[in-house]
Amino acid sequence: MSILVDKNTRLIVQGITGRDGAFHTRMMKEYGTNVVAGVSPGKAGQEIEGVPVFNSVEETVKATGANASIIFVPAGFAGDALLEAILAGVKLIVCVTEGVPTLDAVRAIAVAQTKGARIVGPNCPGVISPGKAKVGIMPAAAFQPGCVGIVSRSGTLTYEIAANTGEFGQSTVIGIGGDPVIGTNFIDCLKAFQDDPQTRAIVIVGEIGGSDEERAAEFVKDYVTKPVFGFIAGQTAPPDKRMGHAGAIISTGSGTAQEKIKAFQSVGIELIYEPELLKDRLKARL
Amino acid sequence: MKIHEYQAKEIFAGAGISVPRERVATTPEEAKAIAQELGLPVVIKAQVLVGGRGKAGGVKKAERLEDVEPLARQVIGMEIKGLKVEKVLVSECVDIKAEYYLGITIDRSARKPVLLASVAGGIEIEEVAKTNPEKIVKVEIEPLLGLLPFQARNIGLALFNDLKLTSQFTAIASRLYRLFIERDCSLVEINPLVLTGSGMLLALDAKINFDDNGLCRHPENEALRDLTSEEPIEVEAKKAGLSYIKLSGNVGCVVNGAGLAMATMDLIKRFGGEPANFLDVGGSSSPDKMVLAMRIILSDPNVKAILVNIFGGITRCDDIAQGLIIARKEADIRVPVVARLVGTNADKAQRILENSPVIWAKTMSEAVKLAVAKAGEGK
Repeated sequence: MSILVDKNTRLIVQGITGRDGAFHTRMMKEYGTNVVAGVSPGKAGQEIEGVPVFNSVEETVKATGANASIIFVPAGFAGDALLEAILAGVKLIVCVTEGVPTLDAVRAIAVAQTKGARIVGPNCPGVISPGKAKVGIMPAAAFQPGCVGIVSRSGTLTYEIAANTGEFGQSTVIGIGGDPVIGTNFIDCLKAFQDDPQTRAIVIVGEIGGSDEERAAEFVKDYVTKPVFGFIAGQTAPPDKRMGHAGAIISTGSGTAQEKIKAFQSVGIELIYEPELLKDRLKARL
Repeated sequence: MKIHEYQAKEIFAGAGISVPRERVATTPEEAKAIAQELGLPVVIKAQVLVGGRGKAGGVKKAERLEDVEPLARQVIGMEIKGLKVEKVLVSECVDIKAEYYLGITIDRSARKPVLLASVAGGIEIEEVAKTNPEKIVKVEIEPLLGLLPFQARNIGLALFNDLKLTSQFTAIASRLYRLFIERDCSLVEINPLVLTGSGMLLALDAKINFDDNGLCRHPENEALRDLTSEEPIEVEAKKAGLSYIKLSGNVGCVVNGAGLAMATMDLIKRFGGEPANFLDVGGSSSPDKMVLAMRIILSDPNVKAILVNIFGGITRCDDIAQGLIIARKEADIRVPVVARLVGTNADKAQRILENSPVIWAKTMSEAVKLAVAKAGEGK
C-alpha cells in the first residue's frame, strides 16, 4: 500500500514548459512516476522530456485519463490552475508553487471540497511513496521504501527526517506545505497512515504558527494506535516574525513551539529533538 | 504587511466606513494647524506599527490649542518598542457612548474568513478571548458565498439589540468584508468601533494587515509600506531572495529551507549555544547568493562562528561550496566556518572545500556541536 500516490498515479504537470516544471518532469520520470502529460496554454503539440503537452487540463484528462496533477505555475496564476484542475475532475492536486495569495487557496480549497478533490499544498515539496511514485520536488536519494509514514509542513527538514529513518524507510512522505491555509492537513494524513497496512510508525514534523499540531494531537489520542513521533521546529523563533514560511509566525503569543510540544506530550507522542536520534527510537519502538 | 492607522483609515473612508475627522502630521507645527482647523479638544496619536502605544504614552489629549505643539513634540520622535514615531494622527474628540470590536481574519484551521465581534471594545481581542470568551461572537464566512445578510444582522442584533443600529452595523460589516477580499488582507480590525452620543457608529481606530502573498497583484498595497519600520539588513536580504532575521546569539547560520533553518537554530540552543540569526538561502542558490548570505551574517559583530547546513535537493552543494570559497576571499571571513552539506553533489562540494579552512562535518548534530564549540572559543 502507501497513501495518495503509487504505481496507479497518472500524472499531469501544469506549467510543464517552465524551468522548474520541465526539470522536475524529468526527475519524476526518472524516478518511475507515470507522467502522462503536461499542460501549458498555447503550447499544445510540443513535447517536454518525452511528455506530450496540451493547452488545457480538461483536454488532457480526456486524452490521457490522468488522475493527478502537480502545479508549477507562478504564484499569481496558481489559484486559477488549481480551479482548472478541480473542475476538470482531477482528484489529487499537488501545488508546489510558493507565494500563492491566501484567499486564492481559500477559494480553491472550498471548491475542491464540493467536487471531492484533494489539494496538497500550496508551497509544498509534494508526495513520495518510495519505490513507487514521486509527485514532487524532493531529492530521491533521501528516501527508501519502508514502513514509516512522514507528514510535514516543511521541505528540506522533511528530507532530513526521512534520511534518518535508517533501515526502516518510508511508506509515504507528504509535505503538506508551509502556508497558513493548506488543502491537506495533518489529520487527513494521520488517518490515512493509521489505515495503511504498510505504515508501522508515523512522524509528524510541525513548526510554529497556527494550531494544526494541537488538533493533530487530539486526533492521535482518539484514532491512532501506531507509534507516533513528533518534531517541532521553531523553539528559538522570536514572536511576530515570519520565519520564511508564510505560515510560520508566532502571532500575539499563540502558535509557539512550546504549546505544540506540550500538546504532543499530553497524548503520548514521542518528541524527537535531534533528527539523528530518530532511527534509534524507531528501533526501540518497532 | 502592516500599515499605519492613518493609512487604514483612509482606506476605510474610501470604502464608506465612517471615521472621525482627522489628519496626519509629521511636525508639531503641522499638528497645531490641523487642531486649529478641527477645533479643540483633539487627540494626538502616535503612528507606529506595534501595539500598546497608549500604555507607552503615545496617545495624548490636548484641551487647548497652545498644548498641541508641546504634546505633539513629545510624541513625534519618541520610541515605542524600539520603533521611532515619525508621524502623529490629529483627531477630533468623539463623544463615546459605547465601544465595540469588529474584525475579519482568516481562520487557518477552518480555512475560511471569520468575522469576530464583541461588546468588549477597546481591549485587545486576544485579551478578551482569554478573560471573557463569552463576549466574542464568531461567524465563519463561506468563501464561495461571502458574508451573508442574515449573518451580519444576527451579529448586529447580538451586539446592539436595536434594529436601527443593526442596519448601520450590517452596512459597516459588509463593506469591511468587501475590502478584506478586494485588497487581499489577512486582517481588518475596527477596535474600537464606537457608538457616539448622536447614535452613529464610527471606526475610532483601524488596523489592516495585507497578505504578503497577495502583494504581487496589489501595487497599491505595496505602495503603503513603511520601510523605516523594517530592519534595513532584512530588507536587503529580501531583495536578494534570502530570508534573514537577526537574533541575539553568536552562532551565525546559513541553511536551505525555512523548516531546516529553524531546526538548526533549535539544535544550536539545545547544544548550549545561541543562534545569531535565521537565514534561509532558498531553493536554487547560486554562489553569488551564498556570498551575500555570508556578508549579511558577518555584518553582525556578535557572530563568532558560522554554521552552513544544507540538505541539497534543488540546491546544489557544489554551488554552496563555490560560494563559500569566493566569500572567504571577498567577504573577509574572520570567524571559523563549519559546513555540513549533504544531498545533490555533496561529494563535489567536499572536494572543493578539501584544502580550505572550512571545517567539514558529516551530520547535522556534529556540525552544530562543532560550531557551538568554535563560537565559545571566540568569546
